[in-house]
Amino acid sequence: MIDQGYALLSPALVVSALLFCIGVAGVLLRRNAIIMFMCIELMLNAVNLSFVALAQQLGHEGQVFVFFVMAVAAAEAAVGLAIIIAVYRHKQTVNLDKINLLSG
Amino acid sequence: MEQVIFWLFSAIAIASALLCVTRRNPVASALWLVLTMFSLAGIFVILDAHFIAAMQILVYAGAIMVLFLFVIMLLNIGQSEASDLPGWMGHVIMLAIGAVLAVQLWAMTRIVPDGDIRLPAGAMRQLNEQEGAVQVIGGPLFRDFLVPFEITSVLLLAAVVGAVVLAKRRL
Repeated sequence: MIDQGYALLSPALVVSALLFCIGVAGVLLRRNAIIMFMCIELMLNAVNLSFVALAQQLGHEGQVFVFFVMAVAAAEAAVGLAIIIAVYRHKQTVNLDKINLLSG
Repeated sequence: MEQVIFWLFSAIAIASALLCVTRRNPVASALWLVLTMFSLAGIFVILDAHFIAAMQILVYAGAIMVLFLFVIMLLNIGQSEASDLPGWMGHVIMLAIGAVLAVQLWAMTRIVPDGDIRLPAGAMRQLNEQEGAVQVIGGPLFRDFLVPFEITSVLLLAAVVGAVVLAKRRL
């Protein structure tokens, strides 16, 4: 019973690493801008899981950091989706292979 | 018992994350991501972060994912194009990620924080019971992290202005 709190640190970090790698794979393999964006949210969530797992043993400041990560994620989602809408209006697609606004 | 629930939620989270990445339809993808976030909230409760779990459901599953679904349906994106999942380059990328993941997992399973900086077992749960789940976050947030908290408000203001400027057709 006493050791239960410690027993979950490594499993939680393993799950976090798996989720982060799934997110990285999604960003690298998919070409749909919105799905890539969701994969970024997935990576942020994986990092939050690491923070919470370590906060259980090293003090609750880790949980405060998760709070800030959530605030930044919300701001990022709002701006990013606005950019996607603006690009879609120009190009009528969200496939990043067909969006090359900067290559002249 | 806690271990069983933890692994159950982890299995759901990882499976639905994989489904989220592999679905062709963005709406299905978004809904699988919502399931991932719900199961992560369950894991947060097991790890004694009750307030964070509530925020996870409210902010991520409630606000951010609804915003995503809103944009997907606004743009009316159906099935995505065929070039979504590349061929040999995809395999190379998958191999590289797999190698990084293997090293990460090997390192993660042997992490033990130093004895002198780590809290006694069950300290977080005790703190939650004594102060309440909100005060555990709120106390340090307004005592030690007041400046970052105030800067966050500037960030949110910039995000609001930026979103309006970018998405509006004509100002």
